[in-house]
Amino acid sequence: MFSIEQITYKNIISVSKLTIHEKEITCIVGESGSGKTTLLRMLNHLISPDQGRITFQNQDLMDIDPIELRRKVVMLPQTPVIFQGTLRDNLEIGLRFSDKSSPSEKELAETLKRVKLQKDLDENAQNLSGGEKQRLALGRILLMEPEVLLLDEPSSALDDETESLIIQTFVDYAKEHSKTLIMVTHSKALAKNFADRILQVRGGEVHEWNH
Amino acid sequence: MNGIIDLSILQVLSAYIFIAVLMIILRVRGIAREKEVLISSIRMTLQLILVGYVLVYLFESMNPFLTLLVLLVMESFAIYNIIQRSKSPLSKELKNIVALSMVLGTLTSLLFFLFVVIQISPWYDPQYFIPIAGMLIGNSMTGISLGVNRLLDGMKDQKTLVEAALMLGATPKEAAKEVVDSAFDSAILPTINAMVGMGIVFLPGMMTGQILSGVSPVTAIAYQIAIMLGIVGSVSLTVILFVQLGYKSFFNDRAQLKTD
Ligand SMILES: Nc1ncnc2c1ncn2[C@@H]1O[C@H](COP(=O)(O)OP(=O)(O)OP(=O)(O)O)[C@@H](O)[C@H]1O
Ligand SMILES: [Mg+2]
Repeated sequence: MFSIEQITYKNIISVSKLTIHEKEITCIVGESGSGKTTLLRMLNHLISPDQGRITFQNQDLMDIDPIELRRKVVMLPQTPVIFQGTLRDNLEIGLRFSDKSSPSEKELAETLKRVKLQKDLDENAQNLSGGEKQRLALGRILLMEPEVLLLDEPSSALDDETESLIIQTFVDYAKEHSKTLIMVTHSKALAKNFADRILQVRGGEVHEWNH
Repeated sequence: MNGIIDLSILQVLSAYIFIAVLMIILRVRGIAREKEVLISSIRMTLQLILVGYVLVYLFESMNPFLTLLVLLVMESFAIYNIIQRSKSPLSKELKNIVALSMVLGTLTSLLFFLFVVIQISPWYDPQYFIPIAGMLIGNSMTGISLGVNRLLDGMKDQKTLVEAALMLGATPKEAAKEVVDSAFDSAILPTINAMVGMGIVFLPGMMTGQILSGVSPVTAIAYQIAIMLGIVGSVSLTVILFVQLGYKSFFNDRAQLKTD
């Protein structure tokens, strides 16, 4: 699905060769500041490597329309972003940004349930707790049904139990719908449990981590 | 001029009593502002005398090239002033956008105002051309100045929101929409407020001047209404051009936020 060749970005990260497979669950681990977010941002084409090339479905990212690409390869930022308005507004905004039709009331309620949020759709989203905001942001992406989900520490603000539940939901969803899931996580245990493949970022380079 | 009292130099000088009163107050209270007050009142006097003679010269010479020269000087001064007044430095691209929106926006409204609304003739009649150009350009300058600051601040403060929108597949236009709207809004708000207070809270300078110089208040008001509408048009046009072109300068051709 993604293939990376000889890329460098500033002096933060360099990857000589890396492939990320379609319909697999890839976990990215590594110390804080090692460049995990930077790698994810390159896959979402928010930044471009200074040299080398990244391909998606055998096409150079530079030749793909960036908006079209991001509608297929959606990214969840490390710090959840909440837009102005209600929970409903926040769930719908992803579909609106990507020019897709509005979800039905049933789909919205269903999504809240899947991310374990017992809240009213018309509540102001700014009042949610940190962990609730994170789950809302996750629900927004789930609703968009993209081909590839890039999740940057999706469970950093959650307790262990909720973390497992949420990650399990995403893993099940990806398997069931043949989606590609690429997830940064600080927990090696979590990675071992769920990942088909684990990548470790270390000293500015990325290697497969065999466990 | 019917019944207008021509002010003699002596009469004007007597108005400086007000400055003298202020100076005494400052001296008594020990506020160290005397120098500024003195310098600014002298500056004001000299600038106005100079402008007065320049205008007399321009009005009498009736030269189209001189009128255009004045227009050029006003536009350049306004653009320079906007760039100077910006709280954070502007990129070269943004400076060009400021200049382009000022020139396009003010000229369009100026031409419409002079030739459709007032229908002056000859086209370069400095008595109309210069003061009206001054008012449109001056107000548009204030508008864009506000817009520049709001756009820069907004793109900085809301960076994570803008970027989060991009991550979800938004176009730069949608991602920056809130920032752009709020910049536009804050830039035109003072002009809208000025319309609301007009005639009640204050009598605008142009109207006061005309009435004092003997023009019937009804004529003065007709001009005031027209010029106020012209100002609204010119400010909106320049500001919308600026924000619409301006937000684009924050993105590159790969729809990525430019890194500074
Ligand atoms: N635009 C940038 N300019 C300069 N340095 C940057 C930029 N973005 C990130 N960095 C630096 O690159 C390094 C890697 O950052 P990155 O955010 O990718 O780390 P991370 O692995 O995601 O860390 P964490 O686990 O703490 O989120 C850090 O040292 C960071 O300061
Ligand atoms: Mg990170």
